[in-house]
Amino acid sequence: MPEYTRPQTLEEAAENFTQLKPLMDATMAYYESSRCLYCYDAPCIQACPTGIDIPLFIRQINTGNVDGAAKTIYDSNYFGNACGKVCPTSELCEGACVYNHQDVKPIEIGRLQSFATRKAMAEDKPLFKLAPSNGKKVIVIGAGPAGISCACELRSLGYEVDIYEAHQHPSGLALYGCAPYKVTNEELFEEMDYLERHFGYKVHYNHRVETKEHFQYLEENYDAIFLGIGLGNTNTLGINGEGFENCIGATEYIEKVKLDPLNTHVGEKVVVIGGGNTAMDAASESARLGAKEVTLAYRRSKAEMGAYPFEYDLAKGAGVKGVFNVSPVALLGEDKVSGIQLIRTEIVDGRVKNIDGSDFIIECDQVILATGNEKMKQFLSQIDGLDLDAKGRIITNEGFQTTNPKYFASGDAVNGGAEVVNACGEAKVAAQAIHKFLSA
Amino acid sequence: MPDLSSNLAGIKSPNPFWLASAPPTNSGYQIMKAFDAGWGGAVWKTLGVPVVNVSSRYGGVNYRDKRLIGLNNIELITDRPLADNLREIEEVKKYFPDHAVIASLMVESKEQWHQIVKDVQNAGADGIELNFGCPHGMCERGMGSAVGQEPKVLETIVKWVMEVATIPVIVKLTPNISDITEPAMAAVRGGGDAISLINTIQSIVGVDIDNFVPYPIVDGKSTNGGYCGPAVKPIALNMLKNCAQHEGVNIPISGIGGVENWRDAVEYFLLGATNVQVCTAVMHFGFGIIREMIPGLERYMVEKGFNTMDDMIGKALGNVKTWENLNLHYKVTASIDSSKCIECQLCYTACEDGAHQAIGLHKDGSRIPYIIEENCVGCNLCSLVCPVENCITMVRKDDGQKHETWKDFGEADKQPNTFNDERAGGIHHWVPEPSDALKK
Repeated sequence: MPEYTRPQTLEEAAENFTQLKPLMDATMAYYESSRCLYCYDAPCIQACPTGIDIPLFIRQINTGNVDGAAKTIYDSNYFGNACGKVCPTSELCEGACVYNHQDVKPIEIGRLQSFATRKAMAEDKPLFKLAPSNGKKVIVIGAGPAGISCACELRSLGYEVDIYEAHQHPSGLALYGCAPYKVTNEELFEEMDYLERHFGYKVHYNHRVETKEHFQYLEENYDAIFLGIGLGNTNTLGINGEGFENCIGATEYIEKVKLDPLNTHVGEKVVVIGGGNTAMDAASESARLGAKEVTLAYRRSKAEMGAYPFEYDLAKGAGVKGVFNVSPVALLGEDKVSGIQLIRTEIVDGRVKNIDGSDFIIECDQVILATGNEKMKQFLSQIDGLDLDAKGRIITNEGFQTTNPKYFASGDAVNGGAEVVNACGEAKVAAQAIHKFLSA
Repeated sequence: MPDLSSNLAGIKSPNPFWLASAPPTNSGYQIMKAFDAGWGGAVWKTLGVPVVNVSSRYGGVNYRDKRLIGLNNIELITDRPLADNLREIEEVKKYFPDHAVIASLMVESKEQWHQIVKDVQNAGADGIELNFGCPHGMCERGMGSAVGQEPKVLETIVKWVMEVATIPVIVKLTPNISDITEPAMAAVRGGGDAISLINTIQSIVGVDIDNFVPYPIVDGKSTNGGYCGPAVKPIALNMLKNCAQHEGVNIPISGIGGVENWRDAVEYFLLGATNVQVCTAVMHFGFGIIREMIPGLERYMVEKGFNTMDDMIGKALGNVKTWENLNLHYKVTASIDSSKCIECQLCYTACEDGAHQAIGLHKDGSRIPYIIEENCVGCNLCSLVCPVENCITMVRKDDGQKHETWKDFGEADKQPNTFNDERAGGIHHWVPEPSDALKK
């Protein structure tokens, strides 16, 4: 039986997308922060890709210095609230909490982080110190976690920063790619507004950089260029029927769900192809939007899925059924998907091999492909001297400087696709490298 | 089942758990409710010339999320007319003839003392407690702790009381004095039948750091209060021991200070208290805590083979010595049970910064610390900070054959007595070079 019915109002949608990590109130935060042991050389800090001094900010919450806690968080990670909400904390900080060794519930670090940062935002606390203007200008392409983080860091170092964003909203995949039960659009926008107001960079929305001339213009008008462009559309599989109506890429689907859940088409019977976290999100969201049957089809075994176990558990909890060791052969139907032909697979020498004659069909009226995202090779080819690796990722040095010294890049376009928190951490390093480069 | 009945200088009660003279014993209603719940006795809120009280009256000390590990109050004695209280004493005794009702008294002149002692005897009280302890308000008027701090005055007043007393008289002592045995001896000289201790400790529990005024706040001003609750138990236990071991203090003792459960009570009994009085715990959790105390005490007595209260009273006194009588050859060192360790490294940082640099960290990535045996002085600190029960234990290292105390050292001329004496205890202990502190 499906758990959810199709939401008719935004309130019902919000109910189906109940926040996994709801905002704590002050009492909860106080009790939870009281539990922190204040470990020496704390494992939670080591597990955080941005190295937030977690025991310190928890202690600050506990002593009533919530502004100080927010500052501690933002000093390491500009997406303080967003990461508190969307980070796979059970795999990172909370997974490293020493309480786990004792079978005691780990500290709810993500929620405490959101508590402190949301409070600072709500009170519009001025926590940031900007260096006097140094007269240099940097253009950031992409207002996602990488771009915004880089912009904040550069502003704190005295740079003038413009951001070009192709979409109409900031936050990048934190908005367009994170499941609605992980973070609300409102709180993402609140953090983006807060950062823009306090750091004073300028975001130009619906500004898509497309042509070589655009790049030339930017090169002439800015001292350095940061590429925080992320990834492109969902990869195609090269099978029949991919162009059918009702076959959609997972990222494109999640984006629709995030911006307009009531008008996002959801089939009665949905098949999601893939085994990563995005596949789990797309499957879970379909179920929460009222699909009667959601099947997750992955070409390897359950254990080999790239998704975190808790993500699969979430999807299962929403009513999703997993089918493993199957590979899509073709989408069936005329113009519209009416089913998917799958073939069973086995792993031979580590590679997926189809088992001849094992084809079968699952009837469905929607297929969502969560098969990874394209690299923006075409787009990047317009930049002189900018090299990509074999997988299409931008090649950089440890300071995230590309092979064209004026260009720096980090985030998904460089790491190939990781967490929001990775992009935030790397972008700070990149900004420091830009500073070093321009100060030389 | 063991016999819990108690007899303090002739005042009998079905169990050794009394309510101390305080707000929970302000009225016959409260005391009847307490007796009904299972309390064995109650010392009535101090009677005298009724006072006028202030609002507010209490300040609390919290430790993180634990409320009221200490409580202070600036409330005075009863503000209800004596006649009302006497009538209620009479009524309580009608309902509970076998329970102990003790009248706490505090007045000024000899005539007043004589009158009020007779009044409470006529009302049917089983005993009298002289309040020579209250360290706030009343002491400014020459009563309460002002008496308890002047042994001669105390002795005189006890004598006045004994001139007319026909029921046992308990002298309640203030801890706001350097040697508790002096007023205790004065109570004996005055003819008192028992002593009770401790009354509250003069205190300021905290300061409102926004308005620059200590708690509790009375129209923007404050005054010192009397401190009680779990935090004062160690101070009370020491004063109890001092009196119980003193040859001259040969009258029974009623123990007061931070008793909250059966375990606290047992500690009092083992150090020589005949019974215990409870206040703060009841103010915090209500009379119902007695449901934990009585069966807890019974279970303990069964386990230890104690049939009566007398079997256990004073059992630990023989093991409390002066420092100079402790064995200097007894040697323990810490031992970490790595199967229990949760890797918080609190023991490491406590020993490193707060003790003797006797705990090391492995360089191979393991977070489980190890003991550097030769540096360990056996201080216990690591085992106290460790959040896991029985993870760090102190293991005996000497062979138990040698027993030599500081006193013995004196007789054998082994005590160091010059500044650079070779016989100093720490002379061969390794300590790092000061500059090692700056090596990262």
